[in-house]
Amino acid sequence: MQLYYENIDNTLIVKLQGELDHHVAEKIRVELDEMISNKRSRNLIFNLKELNFMDSSGIGVIIGRYKNINKFGGKVAVIEVSEKVDKIFNLAGLYRIIDKYKNQKDALKCM
Amino acid sequence: MEYKNYMKLEFHSKSQNEAFARVVVAAFAAQLDPTIEEISDIKTAVSEAVTNAIIHGYDDKNELVTIICRINDNELEIIVEDKGKGIEDIGKAREPLYTSKPELERSGMGFTVMETFMDTVEVNSEMGKGTKISMTKKFKSLDED
Repeated sequence: MQLYYENIDNTLIVKLQGELDHHVAEKIRVELDEMISNKRSRNLIFNLKELNFMDSSGIGVIIGRYKNINKFGGKVAVIEVSEKVDKIFNLAGLYRIIDKYKNQKDALKCM
Repeated sequence: MEYKNYMKLEFHSKSQNEAFARVVVAAFAAQLDPTIEEISDIKTAVSEAVTNAIIHGYDDKNELVTIICRINDNELEIIVEDKGKGIEDIGKAREPLYTSKPELERSGMGFTVMETFMDTVEVNSEMGKGTKISMTKKFKSLDED
């Protein structure tokens, strides 16, 4: 699992590449929290285009980051969600707290 | 009862084997000519069951997880078994959002994912003896044959 970062204004954009399961969850959690804290990011956008697999461990990671960002009034969004990842997001009811946008441009407009 | 095909896999309860386990089961299921969505469903359900065995069954201790797969007509049966501590209250464990380890940022959605992505999920568990999760899924693509 690889993470690629981009910082635009006060929004951190993270591209997740690979498979998000229990094995990598802890490492990803620590790395994301460090980056959010270093960049003092208010909002967070996950680019999921290259996320090939996600199970309920991934749901835990996403909800955990949402809680941290939400505490300080920020927003969390996802973009370029594949069909299989969309299925997990729907099942977990994640779209009640996290908005989905087609691309980065649309998401940034709503941050 | 006679099965068309059978396989058994045994591996250490290490988290790096989660990806290994789901890929092996997906490869075994390939002979049923599954759709991309069906393969994705199988991989996710196996990942949940194996993760449960590692985190909850064995509390991250290094033991053995066994997977048995049987194919009968267009149905795949997957059994994921550990000899760990067992589940105290299966009903509660299956409730969406319930987790016995909230400190680990677990979502509590493991069984819900298995139930949604598979046709049937049966859980047998005995305290101190272990847990056995049996799941089945019928593959649609071979239905027309």
